[in-house]
Amino acid sequence: MEHIRMPKVENVRLLDRFSSRRAVVGTLYLTATHVIFVENGSETRKETWVLHSQISSIEKQATTATGCPLLIRCKNFQVIQLVIPQERDCHDVYISLIRLARPVKYEELYCFSFNPKLDKEEREQGWKLVDLNEEYNRMGVPNNYWQISDVNRDYGVCDSYPTEIYVPKSATAHIIVGSSKFRSRRRFPALSYYCKDNNASICRSSQPLSGFSARCLEDEQMLQAIRKANPGSDFIYVVDTRPKLNAMANRAAGKGYENEDNYSNIKFQFIGIENIHVMRNSLQKMLEVCELKSPSMSDFLWGLENSGWLKHIKAIMDAGIFIAKAVAEEGVSVLVHCSDGWDRTAQVCSVASLLLDPYYRTMKGFMVLIEKDWVSFGHKFNHRYGNLDGDPKEISPVIDQFIECVWQLMEQFPCAFEFNERFLIHIQHHIYSCQFGNFLCNSQKERRELKIKERTYSLWAHLWKNRADYLNPLYRSDHSQTQGTLHPQIAPCNFLYKFWSGMYNRFEKGLHPRQSVTDYLMAVKEETQQLEEELEVLQERLANLQKSQSGNNKVKSKQQDRSKQSGLYTSNNSLANTPQEYSNDLKSFPSRSPSQGDEDSALILTQDNLKSSDLDLSANSDQESGVEDLSCRSPSGGGCLPSEDSGKDSDEAVFLAG
Amino acid sequence: MEFAELIKTPRADNVVLHRPFHPAVEGTLCLTGHHLIFSSRRQDNAEELWLLHSNIDSIEKRFVGSLGTIVIKCKDLRIIQLDIPGMEECLNIASSIEALSTLDSVTLMYPFFYRPMFEVLEDGWSSFLLEQEFELLSSVTNEWRLSCVNKEFSVCPSYPPVVIVPKSVDDEALRKVAVFRHGGRFPVLSYYHKKNGMAMMRSSQPLTGTNGRRCKEDEKLINATLRSGRRGFVIDTRPLAVAQQARAKGGGFEQEVHYPQWRRIHKFIERFNILQESFIKLVEACNDQSHNMDRWLSKLEASNWLTHIKELLTAACLAAQCIDREGASVLVHGSEGTDSTLQVTSLAQIILDPRCRTIRGFEALVVREWLQAGHPFQQRCAQSAYSNSKQKWEAPVFLLFLECVWQIHRQFPCSFEFNEQFLIMLFEHAYASQFGTFLGNNEYERAKLKLPQKTMSLWSWVNRPEELSRFQNPLYEANSLVIWPSVAPQSLQLWEGVFLRWNRPSKFLEEAEEERINIIKYNKELQAKVNALRRQLAEMETDEEVQEE
Repeated sequence: MEHIRMPKVENVRLLDRFSSRRAVVGTLYLTATHVIFVENGSETRKETWVLHSQISSIEKQATTATGCPLLIRCKNFQVIQLVIPQERDCHDVYISLIRLARPVKYEELYCFSFNPKLDKEEREQGWKLVDLNEEYNRMGVPNNYWQISDVNRDYGVCDSYPTEIYVPKSATAHIIVGSSKFRSRRRFPALSYYCKDNNASICRSSQPLSGFSARCLEDEQMLQAIRKANPGSDFIYVVDTRPKLNAMANRAAGKGYENEDNYSNIKFQFIGIENIHVMRNSLQKMLEVCELKSPSMSDFLWGLENSGWLKHIKAIMDAGIFIAKAVAEEGVSVLVHCSDGWDRTAQVCSVASLLLDPYYRTMKGFMVLIEKDWVSFGHKFNHRYGNLDGDPKEISPVIDQFIECVWQLMEQFPCAFEFNERFLIHIQHHIYSCQFGNFLCNSQKERRELKIKERTYSLWAHLWKNRADYLNPLYRSDHSQTQGTLHPQIAPCNFLYKFWSGMYNRFEKGLHPRQSVTDYLMAVKEETQQLEEELEVLQERLANLQKSQSGNNKVKSKQQDRSKQSGLYTSNNSLANTPQEYSNDLKSFPSRSPSQGDEDSALILTQDNLKSSDLDLSANSDQESGVEDLSCRSPSGGGCLPSEDSGKDSDEAVFLAG
Repeated sequence: MEFAELIKTPRADNVVLHRPFHPAVEGTLCLTGHHLIFSSRRQDNAEELWLLHSNIDSIEKRFVGSLGTIVIKCKDLRIIQLDIPGMEECLNIASSIEALSTLDSVTLMYPFFYRPMFEVLEDGWSSFLLEQEFELLSSVTNEWRLSCVNKEFSVCPSYPPVVIVPKSVDDEALRKVAVFRHGGRFPVLSYYHKKNGMAMMRSSQPLTGTNGRRCKEDEKLINATLRSGRRGFVIDTRPLAVAQQARAKGGGFEQEVHYPQWRRIHKFIERFNILQESFIKLVEACNDQSHNMDRWLSKLEASNWLTHIKELLTAACLAAQCIDREGASVLVHGSEGTDSTLQVTSLAQIILDPRCRTIRGFEALVVREWLQAGHPFQQRCAQSAYSNSKQKWEAPVFLLFLECVWQIHRQFPCSFEFNEQFLIMLFEHAYASQFGTFLGNNEYERAKLKLPQKTMSLWSWVNRPEELSRFQNPLYEANSLVIWPSVAPQSLQLWEGVFLRWNRPSKFLEEAEEERINIIKYNKELQAKVNALRRQLAEMETDEEVQEE
């Protein structure tokens, strides 16, 4: 609390990004965990809550006659524009937020104060929902070829690896330790995915310290052991996910890649995925495009192309597809690495696993997948997502890209995933929110030291509790798309990769389809279930009646529930009822919709709904908010400068300007 | 029949057919007067491909030794390849296809030969008469009348024989106005907004010329749609500069002095040759099979196609906004009033009028605002995106309209009775069809060709229950509201169903659609069962009560 210079500022204006006419006046509060804006006046007292941990940047802009503007950009792609009347207040808010948004100790993070009012047992149960031991057993290990190794039990060999690691049976502790000494950060080859149908596996590691000529007998034995663990194949692929140039440059630093001559029976392959810095810049460029006030189609497409974002997504997908093919079709094991083996390697292994194994396309399986390939193998969540104040060059949207890959696959295979888009968006949100302990720190070791499981709650349990919100209505476990390997199209189908406005323009609800097919179908399915129950009851009654016994056993009809249910279908039609600003010419038209809709509900954590499902864009929030103000997402209202039309609406004279 | 002489080789064996995402098949190729037929008789997958010659947009041939290859590019954007053994056969077939796909006489087209195999339940030629439309209108207002001034197509050759005009304007005045408007296209009623009594009219540009000619009757006609003291909007689909230049050629626009109650908005919509180029570029980009597809988005951008979509939707939304939100009447026109004007008026109706979002209502809209309104289908749809010949009058004006409907459909997936397939079907039939509906450039030409007597209407076929079921949107729930689409770039997407239809795998998407249908079907079945049981129970219970008494 000592960082809050200014706990409350009145008469703050919250601007609408697209139309300053829709600004609302209210009071701004700073708390230990949130920035809260409460609208004045209106009986609803709408509130906007932003977690400090979501703030990625705060910008103080030049003071104008109306006040001092403050621009807050969030990691979940929300952008909030405030105007604070007094420059001094603005400065105080700014300084406070700068500090609050960059905590220096883990203890400052929200998950240590977040209390969903669960008892100890419930919390522990929550952490047990995802169990990696169970997962490896499900895959079919340990078995004749793979065993669990305790070589890293005290993190003695590799401090960014988990304690429990699966390695080929023929890899002795001596080989593992020897190999680890020849790998960056001692991240030796370990099992990521095992395909029990054909014994092929995906292993992961960091780059070898080969320099220009160094070799390591144990490392060579290690790769040999991986090959031997798959008796059906006489070689393994070694996939270096970096562009060749980057890998070669690493040789000068004593690192590099495997020399095919030194390893018996490997096939070496580069797959050019760019590094975290390129990805960070790419996202930055794409977000700039998303933030354009009223872009033309050309601005948008050109900017999107120029950001390179979709090209990078495709590169990651292509790598995953290559590996999935090697495993499923060729029955060949693959060793994947990049530099340290915790970013690109995590992306590619998890995409490949997702393609190979339908289990990972279920809700539970997806949680397991993230836990396995990201959390346990030391993806540096704290550094990449800037949870604690750190080096900005470490920040990069690595897991965001993986999440987008999943979305792209969902678009191509609409029946293949048990979960829906909302599930992905919420996971992304919580990777940054620090509301749950799952993604804290940079490794399992650090999390154990912090006693995360005793002190915080698990996101997975929270999502699981609300799983009804996250179901894909098209998913059927007996559908052909949910069986076996997915075979997405490979090059040259670039057009299959699309801009994900549901994520990057997540808070611009007006840009999204106004009627959700997913929600509609879920409502229908729910009704169907009720009908099935009713049918059963009715049939029972009929049977009873036919036995011509006492007609007194009246079963309560569920008719009422059903009519309520069908009301739901049309309720979102109300969203349809406000136009955008389609023309500069018409900017003087009185706007009839209320200002600033509830689209920020995603972010709005009112204390009440914190208790239940914390936020966000749950289906209902949309419908209830009657998101009138879709309208303001004006594409062509470009000409209106905020200051220009903030005054009173003038008359039709403006039309002549057109 | 005269086609025989064009067919030098009517049949070739051992032909191999290649299509994207299908394995190559060997079979027999036959040419008939109107079709190219490929049939493979392999036991495991016997299949036939029937292709209308009029669907062929361009054809290329090449040879490797004596094996000839013909690449056929269709107006529905599909590309197929036929490997034909024997140089002579291949040459003959290629030249026959070329000749048969470019017949210059309308009366040789397939609709004049097509004999339907189905029973006609309702003659589509008389399914959508303006008289019926007027009857509906009369039930809510008496400010309009049906005029037969154009009965002999003498006042305006591109108008239908009957039109709806303000009651206070007589036929004599209409004749004068027709002289004052390009091509005789005087302002007529396009849409009446029941909610507030506002009207949308359409016309062509006024012929003011450089000396600012005026026409009192014209002013009176459009003023007749205004409530006292209210203003209206003229939406001109040309930029101001173009409208001004048009005066030099005798055209022009409504000037404030003579139309003081009207405010003019220029909302530029691109003209046909630019649109055709954009269409060609877009299809080129979509068909780019090179492995270096890095620049896909640049190519998409360079085609400008989505820019046109955005402009068009914006203009239509603006027109709808004037009517619904401003409570003002609107007159829409560009130059001729046969292209962009119709795009705007028809799309505005999709936004405003729930009826246009039903199958029947949409068909009526296409008939009223496109066919009867004189959109020159034959000229615009003579060639599609693969034509090598220099374009003259071709333009994907109707396709752009359909795509805009699709864009709105995507944003309001539960508000339309029809599905995407319905729109794609209309696109196909506008370019090549066994039905006469889209032949000719206007009602006058259709009357001269005696199409209603000599050909079958598309609507006769589409509106049969077994066809309709393919075009129904399972998610449809009637939505009586005005639907305002977003026109932001993030909200607009490439229409994959048309442009990537032949070069993306569609199996998984089709499965998804099937799943959607099944979910809803099962729900309805259950509902029916439950209702029946309830009834049965209620009856039994009352019986029992009676007995008890």
